[in-house]
Amino acid sequence: MAFQLLLNVFIAFLWMFLQNTYTLVTFAVGFLFGLLIIFGMRRFFSTRFYLYNVMAVFTLLSIFMKELIMANVSVLKIILTPKLKLTPGIFAYETELTKAWEITVLSNLITLTPGTLVVEISEDNKILYIHAMDISNEEDARKDIRDSFEKAIKEVSR
Amino acid sequence: MTVISEWIIGTLILLGALLCLIASIGVLRLPDVYTRNHAASKGATLGVMSLLLGVFLYFLLIQGHFNSRVLLGIVFVFITSPVAGHLIMRAAFNTKIPLWENSVQNDLQKKRDSEKKFNEN
Repeated sequence: MAFQLLLNVFIAFLWMFLQNTYTLVTFAVGFLFGLLIIFGMRRFFSTRFYLYNVMAVFTLLSIFMKELIMANVSVLKIILTPKLKLTPGIFAYETELTKAWEITVLSNLITLTPGTLVVEISEDNKILYIHAMDISNEEDARKDIRDSFEKAIKEVSR
Repeated sequence: MTVISEWIIGTLILLGALLCLIASIGVLRLPDVYTRNHAASKGATLGVMSLLLGVFLYFLLIQGHFNSRVLLGIVFVFITSPVAGHLIMRAAFNTKIPLWENSVQNDLQKKRDSEKKFNEN
């Protein structure tokens, strides 16, 4: 992904030199042409066309924002109910992600989801220990993490 | 135009202050370190973020001044506060602070106990 982006910037500079005008507008036009060229040549790269990755980053960001708001609403509900009925606990969650940055992003996301907070990551980076406010729907939380977050993170690093 | 933006800014700042208030009530009300940490790390994050967003929009829409430092502040709070929550949680667990007595499950303690047994044998 980084290589394709670098190549695109390089093409934009090349376009500026060909035009002999050095403004932001020419750079943008060159960048667009570079995008077209890279799209045309996409079968020569080992990774996929990089705009997909950029889109995936934006989806991940929107998930972050949505989860932050949902988490606050659920914590608000718990705090403001007159009688506390909590069933907290720590459960183990096995992750399929392997790279360090992916696990960091996943645990940040989990921390911002409704009612869950990461306590520890095991030595071999395979199991996350998650403290949940309400453990009665542990399976739901597991499925939620697996289906939405892990998938979105994998989409970025693909 | 100014009226609408005033309303948006007012709502954002009031909402942020309210979220911070509720987070601090949560810190007082909840039973143990771990559940309190939930309230503190989530409520305060969104509270401070929406306060800062309100400040940013005030300077942009009313004063006509684009302040990028406030935006950077929002990003930094967003990145660092979950990490801080996680570290406090981990430090609490490693210093053997007990969970609330009504807690139902503790997989991490199970794992620690099995490791201990393994080392003794």
